[in-house]
Amino acid sequence: MRTMTTTVMTGNEAAATAAKLARVQVVAAYPITPQSPVVETISAWVESGELPAEFVAVESEHSALSVCIGASTVGARAFTATSANGLAYMTEQVWWAAGARLPIVMCIANRAMAAPWNVLNDQQDSMSVRDAGWVQLYCRDNSEILDTTVQAFRIAEECDLPVMVCYDGFLLSHTMMPVDVPDAATVDAFLPPRPAPLQVVDPADPRNVGPVVMAAPRADADGEPHGGYFEIRADHQRALLAAAEAVERANADWAAATGRDWGGLTWDYRLDDADIVLVAAGSLATQLTVAADELRDARIAAGVLGIRCYRPFPADEIAARLAGRALAIVFDKAMSYGYEGPIAGDIKTALFGREEAPRVHGVVCGLGGRDVPVSELVDAVRRAMATPTAGAPAAPSAAIDAASTEWLGLAEKSVS
Amino acid sequence: MTGTSHEIRWHGRGGQGAVTSAKLLADAAFRSGWAGVTSMPSFGAERRGAPVTASTRLANEPVRVYSAVTEPDVAIVLDDSLLAVGGALAGLKPGATLIVNTVKPVPELGVSSDTRVVAADVTGAAEAAGVIVGGTPVVSAAILGSVAKATGLVTMEAVEAAIGAMFAGSAAAKNAEAARIAYECTSEGSIVG
Repeated sequence: MRTMTTTVMTGNEAAATAAKLARVQVVAAYPITPQSPVVETISAWVESGELPAEFVAVESEHSALSVCIGASTVGARAFTATSANGLAYMTEQVWWAAGARLPIVMCIANRAMAAPWNVLNDQQDSMSVRDAGWVQLYCRDNSEILDTTVQAFRIAEECDLPVMVCYDGFLLSHTMMPVDVPDAATVDAFLPPRPAPLQVVDPADPRNVGPVVMAAPRADADGEPHGGYFEIRADHQRALLAAAEAVERANADWAAATGRDWGGLTWDYRLDDADIVLVAAGSLATQLTVAADELRDARIAAGVLGIRCYRPFPADEIAARLAGRALAIVFDKAMSYGYEGPIAGDIKTALFGREEAPRVHGVVCGLGGRDVPVSELVDAVRRAMATPTAGAPAAPSAAIDAASTEWLGLAEKSVS
Repeated sequence: MTGTSHEIRWHGRGGQGAVTSAKLLADAAFRSGWAGVTSMPSFGAERRGAPVTASTRLANEPVRVYSAVTEPDVAIVLDDSLLAVGGALAGLKPGATLIVNTVKPVPELGVSSDTRVVAADVTGAAEAAGVIVGGTPVVSAAILGSVAKATGLVTMEAVEAAIGAMFAGSAAAKNAEAARIAYECTSEGSIVG
């Protein structure tokens, strides 16, 4: 009989529990705040024998992902976790894991990038590697961290793509809340052992892994034609776009097995009749649901569109959900410096040329752990509503316009 | 927040265990029947002795707010020196409950009369139960006894279960005993307001 127990735990404990339930075989990690408790917990389980896996303590994040790349190449289910500067330090291997199409799962406890030094939450770290070719999923609470991390292994192994499971540092990583923990049988039925290990390190069948590849197609030693670097990259893009369906299927199958449906690519709250749509990824979107409730109490038809899958970007689904609305206000916890918030920019791209597209107004908030109270979110919505040019294409110079993203709660004297 | 909900703010000094206390309260509250609980530490400069805070929310439905508690229904102060310098009184709702670990009588704490002040010698409770680490009594679990008594938000059975889940062996037994002693010494006689 399958059972579910509910336990109060942190987001980091939820991530570690998911890795254990997924029966990871190799974990390599280097500690960094606020991720450290994930791999500390796993290493204790490996030491006690509770998790029969290989834990490789390394001297840097670059090596952590390198070990995962090696393990995954020979067929192991590999896992790591990091944050901020740790992710930046492993960036070379982030690209390698994706290009080599390895189904590694990595949890990111989202944290601000230095300098200046700051260990608290925003989403600049994972947003900065959004173009590397990984699937990126964002979680809204600790139960979703556990469920999404389990789902990530299935998505990864089905698509031959690495998956990042992103969750807000401290706000989720260190916050205790009730988490529904499925039993091992439920997870085993959902996630069978990794299929057909490649076993490329086989003296009887020697191969060259990740060789130099020229841009143009060419024939191999047997005369068999193969794509060049350009074709391999196009394949990668096709695989990543196709992964959207795998993300939806993993969510649907998990919902059938556990009763918990996280919405696949996106999720929504009081959206059906909303004129004003508040958009975000992660715990901020959860908090926006409370702002929407307050606005509804004041007879403002507000709803929330939460982004769960950021890469591949569900452009069609987002455009369909925003069609016919008056205004979309996108709250980013990151910046594409020199332009605007990454989610805001992507949503404008998704809406370009579409019928009935709403105006899109960008708000950046919470950088470096700046507290974002519900009242400030509500005020931001009211300000945008009161500014007819907010989010309007080519808006003239105004208090708020599309070209000048609003920085929520910014002190007037920001240069000291 | 909608429906019945309680916002609780913790004040301690780095090393006193306010974050552990907040975790224990979240677990004990869930075990006491609250469907929605969160406990979140606020991180600043992480050093021993510096003022630290944590936020706990209890509700009948899942909690959807992740920002820090700024207008608490209950404030819990692990060190009475924080009443003057730690912002422990900031934003208290009218009629809020303030639980203070102190050996001073309530009138000497200098708290305004629209706050319900509950004073208890939690350090003494930890000492009596032998919860001593590095020569210092640790109040992180003991304070839960005072919280249970002063607020009624959690049961002592749930507090002891949460302590049993967090600590092993004799540490669990000593901390549970400290919480029981704190529960007893948090008497209505110490409450003014």
